[in-house]
Amino acid sequence: MPDQSNMTGVAVVTPVRVVIALCLVAPFVAMLWVGSYAKTDPTWIGIPFFYWYQMAWVLISTALTMVAYRLWQRDQRARASRKGGAAE
Amino acid sequence: MKDGVNGVALGVFIFFFLAVTVMGFLAARWRKAENEHSLDEWGLGGRSFGTWVTWFLLGGDLYTAYTFVAVPAAIYAAGAAGFFAVPYTILVYPLIFTFLPRLWSVSHRHGYVTTSDFVRGRFGSKGLSLAVAVTGILATMPYIALQLVGIQAVLDVMGVGGGDSTNWFVKDLPLLIAFGVLAAYTYSSGLRAPALIAFVKDTLIYIVIAVAIIYIPIKLGGFDDIFAKASEKFTAAGAGGVVPAPGGQWTYATLALGSALALFMYPHSITATLSSRSREVIRRNTTILPLYSLMLGLLALLGFMAIAAGVKVQNGQLAIPQLFEDMFPDWFAGVAFAAIGIGALVPAAIMSIAAANLFTRNIYKDFIKPDATAAQETKVSKIVSLLVKVGALIFVLTMDKTVAINFQLLGGIWILQTFPALVGGLFTRWFHRWALLAGWAVGMAYGTFAAYGVASPTQKHFGGSAKEIPGIGEIGYIGLTAFVLNALVTVVLTVVLRAVKAPAGVDETTPEDYTADAGDPGVQAELTEAAH
Repeated sequence: MPDQSNMTGVAVVTPVRVVIALCLVAPFVAMLWVGSYAKTDPTWIGIPFFYWYQMAWVLISTALTMVAYRLWQRDQRARASRKGGAAE
Repeated sequence: MKDGVNGVALGVFIFFFLAVTVMGFLAARWRKAENEHSLDEWGLGGRSFGTWVTWFLLGGDLYTAYTFVAVPAAIYAAGAAGFFAVPYTILVYPLIFTFLPRLWSVSHRHGYVTTSDFVRGRFGSKGLSLAVAVTGILATMPYIALQLVGIQAVLDVMGVGGGDSTNWFVKDLPLLIAFGVLAAYTYSSGLRAPALIAFVKDTLIYIVIAVAIIYIPIKLGGFDDIFAKASEKFTAAGAGGVVPAPGGQWTYATLALGSALALFMYPHSITATLSSRSREVIRRNTTILPLYSLMLGLLALLGFMAIAAGVKVQNGQLAIPQLFEDMFPDWFAGVAFAAIGIGALVPAAIMSIAAANLFTRNIYKDFIKPDATAAQETKVSKIVSLLVKVGALIFVLTMDKTVAINFQLLGGIWILQTFPALVGGLFTRWFHRWALLAGWAVGMAYGTFAAYGVASPTQKHFGGSAKEIPGIGEIGYIGLTAFVLNALVTVVLTVVLRAVKAPAGVDETTPEDYTADAGDPGVQAELTEAAH
């Protein structure tokens, strides 16, 4: 990997990319840790925690994927312009 | 169950069915390209779909009629365990965010139509590509059959098809008509037909769910009552309450993860993906597709409502259609049934196109007629799409429904075994083609054998998809265990094969291929080239 970073002048692992990775990994941790949400209380409008919590994660993971998407776009654009600058 | 035909519901159902039939045939003229006799045109809609068309197409494709019937049916029968479909569809999107754009790019650069095309190009191995193609076709066939089961459930509840005493031809006639029509417009319009019909399907589904999730709980006295009644039922049956017991948590998590990994290995998911116009369309879609997951979660709750409403059916698949019939006024029940019925047609069309593309590209062209022209490819694909559907129809009409369900369960386990070759291949060329083939074979064999050994109260074999994980002792999804085994074999054998310098095959792709986007040099040019 050091070869690549020398070529473009940008490291492969950057703070932005770490954030992107975290956004994408978080749903896996939350959803696969079933013990953390396999309970009835607190209920919401009569729906047990188990159900509404997972439904809430549909929205949370969507938001996280959107953040990842925006950050990735910005990251790619920054890299492209830097690369273009280096080539000139 | 009510006797007799529900005339109003049936009338509404037939109205919508006729409407989508007309749309299906007209779809051939929608965004028509100059070169209509290429597989890109018929089988991938000209690779021209933007964000919203792709969203409807993928949504219509992944969230099938069977899903709408089976997920609440699982909740109705088994309670919390059936809810794994929600975390499953949550995990799918961050997952595909990482690898699907790469597949899109490399496929556009090289004119790949199927995943097997990519595997062959990447690893230079027709054997591995054949394994992926055959797995894809095997996994898709029962899935198409289950769409028919979905339509049958709706027809049954509407009272069409008659009782057991009716002559088999009369009984199956509505299903035969539905599938005859589906086959005809898929043949003539290709992927454009389901793409257009998906608009109607999803609109209907969203309306039905929105109404159901507000109207039914009000009629049943709120969610408190619904869950109290459901809890009563499951506690009385000794199946725990409405929350999974600690013993079931491994099963829940492994099913969610394994299914999420498997979903985009299915040929029909990839077909819908590759039909999109640009790389960004896919990434953008990973942020809007979860809307369907939310709907799926709400739909799953209908299973509990069916319990609370006192719906009693022998066949769990009928629980939701029966709930609609009991709860809604006739005309709206007709709309709901139309939503499910059309919901079966869209994925069935895409699946048959996907299976046909696999056959044409990776069996016919690779092994039977290497010099086939684009027009010949398209012709073969069209005919195979018909054969696949006829096969599924025979499957459903001659065999017990449980056979289709068993095979679909096996199909999920099988298709997951193509993950290392496909997703592994998208990121690295380190894996050896023979190691991947061996890993695939081990995963397939273990998965089939393990599933064969699962008994349920009603079946001696293939009674479920969860079994004790060797070495851990918890009950987990067989497909995921087989996948881990598959990956281990692949890694170990790759080390060995690389050490003895076994021929690695020619890789026709370059690292830049995986990040190319529409408009980049080579993408459009090579695309038209490949189409001619």
